[in-house]
Amino acid sequence: MTAVMGTPMKRKEDPKLLTGEGKFVDDIHVHGELWMGMVRSTMAHAKINAIDTAEAAGMPGVHSVFTGTQLQEMGLWAAPLPCAWPVTEDMLNPPHFPTASEVVHHVGDIVAVVLADSRYRAADAAEMVVVDYEPLPAVASIEDAIAGEKLAHAGLGTNKAFHWPLIPDPDALEAAFANATHVVKGEFVQQRLIPAAMEPRGVLAIPSPAGGDITLYTSTQVPHILKVMLAATTGISESKLRIIAPAVGGGFGAKLNVNPDESLAVTLANKLSRPVRWTETRSEAAFSTHQGRGQKQTMEIAADENGKILGVRAHIDADMGAYMMLITPGVPLLGSFLYTGVYDVPAFGFTCDGYFTNLTPTDAYRGAGRPEASYAIERVMDMLSYEVGVTPEEIRRRNYLAGGGEFENLEVASTLVFDSGNYSPNLDMALDMAKMAELRAEQQRRRDAGDKKQLGIGLCTYVEICGLAPSRALAGLNYGAGGWEAGTVRLLPTGKVEVVSGSTPHGQGHETAWSQIVADKLGIDPADITVLHSDTAISPLGMDTYGSRSLAVGGVAIAMACDKVIDKARLIAAHQLEANPDDLDFEAGRFGVKGSPDKGLLIQEIAFGAFTAHNLPDGMEPNLNEQMIFDPPNFAFPFGTHVAVVEVDEDTGETELIDYIAIDDCGNHVNPLIIEGQVHGGIVQGVAQALYEGAEYDAEGNCKNPSLMDYLVPSPTEVPNIQTGYTYTPSTSNPLGVKGVGEAGTIGSAAAVINAICDALRPHGITDMSMPATPMKVWKAINSADSTANNGGGQ
Amino acid sequence: MIPASFDYVEAENADAAIAALTEHGDEAKLMAGGHSLIPLMKFRLTTPQVVVDIGRINDLSYINDGGDHIAIGALTRHMAVETSDVLKAQAPILAHVASHVGDPSVRHRGTLGGSLAHGDPASDLPAAILALNATLVAKGPNGQREISASDFFTGFLETALASDEMLTEIRVPKVPDAGWSYQKFNRRAQDWAIVGVAAVSNGSTNVAMVNMGHTPLRSAAVEAALAGGASAADAAAVAAEGLTPPEDLNGDAEYRSHLARVLVGRALGEAMS
Repeated sequence: MTAVMGTPMKRKEDPKLLTGEGKFVDDIHVHGELWMGMVRSTMAHAKINAIDTAEAAGMPGVHSVFTGTQLQEMGLWAAPLPCAWPVTEDMLNPPHFPTASEVVHHVGDIVAVVLADSRYRAADAAEMVVVDYEPLPAVASIEDAIAGEKLAHAGLGTNKAFHWPLIPDPDALEAAFANATHVVKGEFVQQRLIPAAMEPRGVLAIPSPAGGDITLYTSTQVPHILKVMLAATTGISESKLRIIAPAVGGGFGAKLNVNPDESLAVTLANKLSRPVRWTETRSEAAFSTHQGRGQKQTMEIAADENGKILGVRAHIDADMGAYMMLITPGVPLLGSFLYTGVYDVPAFGFTCDGYFTNLTPTDAYRGAGRPEASYAIERVMDMLSYEVGVTPEEIRRRNYLAGGGEFENLEVASTLVFDSGNYSPNLDMALDMAKMAELRAEQQRRRDAGDKKQLGIGLCTYVEICGLAPSRALAGLNYGAGGWEAGTVRLLPTGKVEVVSGSTPHGQGHETAWSQIVADKLGIDPADITVLHSDTAISPLGMDTYGSRSLAVGGVAIAMACDKVIDKARLIAAHQLEANPDDLDFEAGRFGVKGSPDKGLLIQEIAFGAFTAHNLPDGMEPNLNEQMIFDPPNFAFPFGTHVAVVEVDEDTGETELIDYIAIDDCGNHVNPLIIEGQVHGGIVQGVAQALYEGAEYDAEGNCKNPSLMDYLVPSPTEVPNIQTGYTYTPSTSNPLGVKGVGEAGTIGSAAAVINAICDALRPHGITDMSMPATPMKVWKAINSADSTANNGGGQ
Repeated sequence: MIPASFDYVEAENADAAIAALTEHGDEAKLMAGGHSLIPLMKFRLTTPQVVVDIGRINDLSYINDGGDHIAIGALTRHMAVETSDVLKAQAPILAHVASHVGDPSVRHRGTLGGSLAHGDPASDLPAAILALNATLVAKGPNGQREISASDFFTGFLETALASDEMLTEIRVPKVPDAGWSYQKFNRRAQDWAIVGVAAVSNGSTNVAMVNMGHTPLRSAAVEAALAGGASAADAAAVAAEGLTPPEDLNGDAEYRSHLARVLVGRALGEAMS
């Protein structure tokens, strides 16, 4: 059998999804189910004086209506919803229950729940619940929060939730800036993003009347984490909870949480002995599901006369939103270690202040902290290149770790050890594919001709962190769980294979990739391999899917479980063939005796023998069924070079992305087709932040663009053909040499696009452009720069 | 995103629809393709008690040669307008503008009459209808009447149609040799125009704009400038005069006014060349 790992095998998952056979939560219905209709706060910050549910309760099909206070009094919860990442000992974390009872803290906070026999009746009744609010001052932006004149949580006395520093050597940092020839400072805003997965979130909790067990179907990335957290916060025994994530239509971090609706469904189903369900509407999702980003960054870089970096200093003000969700405070810290990028930085300092606002909570969103970091360092590197007077590519070459050459296990300024890298060849490949010299010539031609469509070329040379995570490293960050992953490989009597995956796919293609790994390891046709996942009753052990961790931790666990199977099978083969185990070769699924080509056993034959257990070595357990729990020794650090080419129409301010080149290095490849898909999707999500998306709020904390009519998720027509290429630098953190690629595109693309726009607008003296770079914003920048110049202000 | 409850009436023909409108008055809404009405109902921005479905009245779906004009049934779908050989030859701007509406699934459901009767100031098709100086035929309990396109759009989502009238036909003058242009500025292919400008030049030049006021409109200032002998560039410079453009996240009044000048300049350049 030829190797299937490293080949672009078509995804096993796709026929089902493409023919509409995928079963999502909203497709699953059971007899007697009740729909929840959420009564959500229309005010960002207010005292609840009274709630009148009488009319709603009397409407047709309505089973019951509960206010937040009533739900509290029913004793549904043992503890508030969890935050698993209290980043400092003294972090403020006001209690966050699934429903508000006395005070609402953001638009969308649930104040009452209607239960009705249909979705429509639940929505109609929810609309008839009358809430008497007494408005309180709303902290409607991070600026409001920092100013501190209004408090998001009156009882805390401050909006600042925590201060988190990472300054390995403060004296060295101060000296670096004191001795610098060039100091460049950039101030950037990472606007709030609405994740907008294709499938909205939804839940269905089914109680079993006799045993008290509850099954929760939910559109989640993290069934295992959710089970532990729901048990801890509802008081329902962990062994009575079963969580199933059926087909899940995208997550991007937004389904990595323990949400009010999930807790409400489980506890109400338990209390009422009725199945309870809910599916968020698209507009509701802007309030019922956490958002991404929400940071203000101050980034400074100190360099000598040649542009060699002496130090980097970053400060982040991070918008937590109204409450700490599962990993809200940890998201900016995931990026903290990457503010030095791919560069050799002698001195480094990072600080983060987390602030509460009266807005929808923030939490993980594709890249989670790393796109923000890569944006900040890559924007200031471009600024430094102009300051020093060299090209963006040259300033990067002068500063690459290990001089741009190959390295392994290199400690960087932020105290992490990068597993492997080789940056210059990656950059060279990108510059070649982009035809950089021709682009620069064309740019100059247009500038000389005064063309109305100016060309801009933007580079981003990113590095990111995958393979989350070595459990001991998480302990150092005060994260409340481990980072291991479990995998089981079980040979069935018929010679087929069942693989049980702890990491839980929601579009990544685990069934295909894991089949490829196991096929190569065991010499079995991928079609004979079934991957089981996403059900805590089938796969009891897992840490789930986020942070591009599945392959580098979970895929590796499965590969290692295969090794255990092979080791055991070898002993059985040796016993049955009456040979020394060391005299057996294992190739293409067959153990053969060295020197005796006719003498051998297929692994399927051994599996059957292990099942009958008629002839096993003394004391050996029957069956080939091995589990591996892999805790990686280090993270993995993928890297790459992205080049964005834009045309800016100076008459309208419109930016057209005319070409995009992405050269990514995610170590060894399991399935290049899946990698290609991840790179494309990731790039579009970063382009979306750069050009299109951003949740906008008014001064009272109301979201101005919660619907997809106003919140501009780009479609395929807005995205150019993406040219991809790869370099291959195996990771040293795992035996497969793999790194992870689920977020790389997003981490590389926003900075590349904005660098390109700034490059195009350079002749106007424009040095920065905030995201999203809308046509109106770009036109106004040109207009204002030109009128300043005409008034002599540009001299 | 969940509409309030409503009664549903399917009308077999125009008379049945008009009868339903007469019976229910302001509480009824006609639904053709549904692509404007249903989103408003889902947001509960409109809550009609009765939805009268006219989407299956097939005898109001046609594109016929009417001698000096092309007659288009009000329930003709955008895709039929977009791909009509007759329109491509006789009023090519209308076929072209139809191709800019929404996305293919919208264009297979939405109808020309539905789009016009909705009266959205940002819709594409009113721009073409205005620039072509089309005539709209409305039918009510007392028979039918003709309305000039320039009199049709009366306010934000309001038209000259009475509450018991329905639009039945759109009559487009034949302008096979006219110069024309449609300049639509938007962010995503399927979106409404942030500003859209249509120009038809056939001896004199008609210029219409969308999303530059509370209705789709003819640009009096530009047309007057052109009639007075102004160059295209000078005429474009007055494109925003006297207008109060809407403001939203895509554009404030200053930016929309600027876009109007740029797009009118481009449209005139194309239509008058």
